[in-house]
Amino acid sequence: MSLRIVVCVKYVPDATGDRRFGEDFTTDRDGVDGLLSELDEYGVEQALRIAEASGDAEVTVVTVGPDDAKDALRKALSMGADKAVHVNDDDLHGTDALGTSLVLAKAVEQAGFDLVVCGMASTDGTMGVVPALLAERLGVPQVTLLSEVAVEGGVVTGRRDGDAATEYLQAQLPAVVSVTDQSGEARYPSFKGIMAAKKKPVQSLDLDDLGIEAEQVGLAGAWTAVDSAAARPARTQGTIVKDEGEGGKQLAAFLAAQKFI
Amino acid sequence: MAEILVLVDHADGVVRKPALELLTLARRLGTPVAVVLGAGDAAAGIAAKAGEYGAERVITADAAQFADFLVVPKVDALQQIAGSVNPAAVLVTSSGEGKEIAARLALRLGSGVITDAVDLASSEGGPVATQSVFAASFTVQSRVSHGTPVITVKPNATSPEAAPAAGAVESVAVEFSAAASGTKVTSRTPRVSSGRPELTEAAIVVSGGRGVGAADGFSVVEALADSLGAAVGASRAAVDAGWYPHSNQVGQTGKQVSPQLYIANGISGAIQHRAGMQTSKTIVVVNKDPEAPIFELADFGVVGDLFAVLPQLTDEINTRKG
Ligand SMILES: Cc1cc2nc3c(=O)[nH]c(=O)nc-3n(C[C@H](O)[C@H](O)[C@H](O)COP(=O)(O)OP(=O)(O)OC[C@H]3O[C@@H](n4cnc5c(N)ncnc54)[C@H](O)[C@@H]3O)c2cc1C
Repeated sequence: MSLRIVVCVKYVPDATGDRRFGEDFTTDRDGVDGLLSELDEYGVEQALRIAEASGDAEVTVVTVGPDDAKDALRKALSMGADKAVHVNDDDLHGTDALGTSLVLAKAVEQAGFDLVVCGMASTDGTMGVVPALLAERLGVPQVTLLSEVAVEGGVVTGRRDGDAATEYLQAQLPAVVSVTDQSGEARYPSFKGIMAAKKKPVQSLDLDDLGIEAEQVGLAGAWTAVDSAAARPARTQGTIVKDEGEGGKQLAAFLAAQKFI
Repeated sequence: MAEILVLVDHADGVVRKPALELLTLARRLGTPVAVVLGAGDAAAGIAAKAGEYGAERVITADAAQFADFLVVPKVDALQQIAGSVNPAAVLVTSSGEGKEIAARLALRLGSGVITDAVDLASSEGGPVATQSVFAASFTVQSRVSHGTPVITVKPNATSPEAAPAAGAVESVAVEFSAAASGTKVTSRTPRVSSGRPELTEAAIVVSGGRGVGAADGFSVVEALADSLGAAVGASRAAVDAGWYPHSNQVGQTGKQVSPQLYIANGISGAIQHRAGMQTSKTIVVVNKDPEAPIFELADFGVVGDLFAVLPQLTDEINTRKG
């Protein structure tokens, strides 16, 4: 039977642009350019590599997000994924990580899966908890933060570089994995891939389709609340000198004046 | 007073510094109760240290599961302990593992979770967490609005302060769930210490980027770091090139540091690098391109070749130290 791989991806505001909050302190997703989170490209890449190695696999990408999030799905499809699921519902505005994991879990279950692949974190919220939450909700092993991953004979293995140690992990499928930006550069979509993506199926689902009540998600359903968000005052530039043979000494004088030496 | 559960992170039988910071912060919120999991023979020493830093009670649990399987055994233990203690909040260190443990625990407890707090304050509505978001360009204050707040706190959020307390040790036996043995750790290689301070704990960090040019080039960065007793950091470009280990990467997908002094050498200042260092107190830059965006952050900058500036600076520091 063919290996069913589901990749969870997020459409995020471009980190090199001007990211900000809306009036309700949710991330402003309308007034800024968005894209497929770069960290999720690594998830798509590893899913495709696992699919290629297995020879008989189907890769589905799933996103939860507003209308524009379909751009993230298109990118993943043009990289080589087979089909896509877009969960989109006005009631999702302001959903927290716990709520997102609920929606993703339902969508992944509905799609059918042997392996769920995620990026290590989103580039906007940067919490890095959705993969673990998905595993908890789906009741399957989490094999996360991997810099190397392989699937063979119904077993997933991988390397996790933690703070204190490097660990090798192993679990039976079905499982949830997340991969880091050390797992291998993501491929660029080819022209052929971009053309092919236009014909690949994208299924749209709303909360009803997933059997989720509006109260379970959105800003009102979130179990955390933001009281304030303030732009950090810009740093003021200090003294800049050009090295004309004394740069190191000038720097030493600065460090001494600041009592670092 | 309300009890605050603190998961005490340890390695090689020693309490890690961020755990002492958590205990220090927990005292602002209530009475710290330390949880020490899978410490084996080292548990007594770790418990004593937790007592020194304010833990009124220390709950220990030991089982092979903590080392043999990923994340879930610790979630099972914390869930069970939270069930008997009924804490006002649970604090965990913000590491990859810590955040995963916190999130799964929160889901099981029916609680909201906040990650990567850089400060904590007590309020009538429960703990208020300060977070630094969007590559540290915004400061956010947030609260858990449902259930027992589960909060992960970044290293260096405060400096550890001793405040001796009873530290009464209770040991518990954990009943593990079926999920606990889902992900096997088939081998573990502890990271070898460089002998330099931990990146996230260091008062001074000296970093090198693509401008360092080669693995060998890092010797000038290391020499400067050693003259200052500093940790060494690297940009992702330097890590991707294989010049320096990933464990030293500073930035969005590496470590986020907030030292007294950060010295960026041959680093351009991409947003993802800034995300890991722009909350540093003082920032010094050495870069040969006067247009490099990193200069916008500099309290002092030298436009020049790092291979000329760094050795001169290192010599000068070593001479001044006499
Ligand atoms: C999702 C994502 C996550 C990322 N995470 C991180 C992260 O965690 N950390 C990180 O650092 N990056 C990260 N990046 C990469 C980031 O975007 C930049 O590519 C990277 O930071 C560039 O590294 P650099 O400044 O060393 O190299 P460059 O941008 O190439 O800059 C090199 C600098 O060195 C200077 N230079 C060259 N030679 C010399 C010399 N002899 N003396 C003095 N100066 C010299 C040059 O003028 C230049 O300014 C991430 C990117 C993405 C998309």
